[in-house]
Amino acid sequence: MIFHTPALYSLYMAGSSLMALRPVDLAIIALYFVLVLGLGLYLRKFANTGEEFFMAGREMTAWIAGLSFISANLGSLEMMGYAAATYQYGILIGHAYWLAAIPAILFLSLVMLPFYYICKTHSVPGYLQLRYGEGARSVSAVSFAVMTILMSGINMYSMAIIMKVILGWNIHFSIWVSSLTVGIYVMAGGLLSAIFNEVLQFMLIWAGCLVIPIAGLIETGGWSGMVHRISQNFPGQDFTHMWRTMGSAANNPMGVHWTGMVFGWGIAISFGYWTTDFLVVQRVMAAKDLRSAQMGTLIGGFFKMLVPLIVIVPGLLALAVLPFKLVPESMVNVAGAHTYNEALPLMLARYCGPGLLGLGVTALIAGFMSGMAGNVSAFATVWTYDIYKPLIRKTANDAHYLSMGRWCTLLGVIVSIGTAYLVMNFSSIIVYAQALFVFFIVPMFGTVVLGMMWKRTTPAAGFWGLLTGILFSCSLWLWVKFDPSALRYVAFSPHAKDMAENVYRAMWTLIVNVVVTVVVTLFTTPKPEKELAGLVYGLTPVPSMGDLPIFKRPVVWAAALGVAFVILNIIFW
Amino acid sequence: MSLKGMLSIWFFVGCLLTIYGLLILIAGIQDYSSQQTAGYVLPGLHLQVWWGVGLFIMGCVYVVRFRPRRTK
Repeated sequence: MIFHTPALYSLYMAGSSLMALRPVDLAIIALYFVLVLGLGLYLRKFANTGEEFFMAGREMTAWIAGLSFISANLGSLEMMGYAAATYQYGILIGHAYWLAAIPAILFLSLVMLPFYYICKTHSVPGYLQLRYGEGARSVSAVSFAVMTILMSGINMYSMAIIMKVILGWNIHFSIWVSSLTVGIYVMAGGLLSAIFNEVLQFMLIWAGCLVIPIAGLIETGGWSGMVHRISQNFPGQDFTHMWRTMGSAANNPMGVHWTGMVFGWGIAISFGYWTTDFLVVQRVMAAKDLRSAQMGTLIGGFFKMLVPLIVIVPGLLALAVLPFKLVPESMVNVAGAHTYNEALPLMLARYCGPGLLGLGVTALIAGFMSGMAGNVSAFATVWTYDIYKPLIRKTANDAHYLSMGRWCTLLGVIVSIGTAYLVMNFSSIIVYAQALFVFFIVPMFGTVVLGMMWKRTTPAAGFWGLLTGILFSCSLWLWVKFDPSALRYVAFSPHAKDMAENVYRAMWTLIVNVVVTVVVTLFTTPKPEKELAGLVYGLTPVPSMGDLPIFKRPVVWAAALGVAFVILNIIFW
Repeated sequence: MSLKGMLSIWFFVGCLLTIYGLLILIAGIQDYSSQQTAGYVLPGLHLQVWWGVGLFIMGCVYVVRFRPRRTK
């Protein structure tokens, strides 16, 4: 989930590379490529049916499902973007990992997963088809497919730019080598390959990036030392409190009131993303049973809560220890200037000697590549099962759909490369991609959750609520684009920043989506209850876990996660 | 579908961490023994050595724990 994508064109215009790699660093990077290719080719023999290729046979353990669930979200673009945003806005960005993740993850695990898992759907659009019919499925499948391929291309382009800036690598080399590597291993092993590489990426990211907070907090003399140095470098500004400055939009650097943060980011956007974005949900749907799926989600939640250590803390350390101030992207042409987006690479270069630097760079590359792999494998599943099979060729055998899955993986990679080149020439596409995300994902959440929780919701209401939500979100965005003063209505402040505008637009979109769905429901006919078995609360027998030992019950671990979330917010109030 | 006979992902993770740990440890020892000025801060912490040892040990644990077992 990205709200602070680096202004990549400005990075492209930057000067010479930040880092110089030694042979040991290059060996570490090369070894990663050899392993992922070898892994993909090895897993080829375990992906011989549609279920194996698209859903990894639904045999993943809780740990693997959980780590790949969180890795699918933890991309390098997000890491670098949020470290940059931390340099600008301070610890407020930590809400991306706590408020905007944990409540939604808990809701997914305890409330929504039983319905996704029990109905054995292949995808979120697949659930919409079972619940509401083809109309809702088609709208969500097409929008998801477009968004996924666009994000895959943006991922590739972002990686190429960042490798050029920090290492001086040729952009075309980075795009083609990484894309073809991803293409080969996902074509070979499908979701299994993507999941295995995400687990690998997870380990590499922690191994590579944990050096920064450890070394940095040693250098500053601990957390209080870091806070003291920040206040010396930036007197009068508060970078280290998460809630204290949210009483008024004017009091915090992000320009957002707590209502926007809670209802916009914390509910509308985060619930929309974590519960309906098929890229992440697919990973836990591949678990071997419902308990593993729920536990995997919660395992992911615990690790998500720890991610600020390697993303937010480096951004804060950059405020404390860098001998120069980073500048906005608009000032990138000033001689010797480094932009906010270079915060994470600068901290890597600051603390990492030969070997460790290679590991850190490999972690970033792994993050980008697994982001692309995740998007491409999700695209292949949605295209094959939610567009090709229902709309183009309904009656074919499993081998045919498997073959389609492999070929459209290749197609997805080629289209992603094309998108990467398109973005290279039209960098504003990245801004539009972020807006697209909110257009589609927020109404999807309202439609799915109403479908799951209220058996009265009708098929017509599901379709019209979804479509109206998407169109309303587009309209609000266009209104602000053509008349910036509209921000005072949309975001309650004419000075609201982009991030604040996104969160308030998400909030209004969810409200409209829910209202339209409810109103249309009252005037249309619902499906008979026998057609809703396994899809709706009250008509779905959820297996009891009361006979399990207490430490194996998902609800117990969910409570622990919830308590930890509350404690962290109090500590960093 | 059966994943029987498939090597655990943790075995591959272990192999990678073991090799990485060794490479980083060797690089750290070379850096320590060379007299050149380090191009990074806190060279006295010898982070490469500690990190290399840690990754190597962790890698070995995963390799041993998740190694392919002979089926009876």
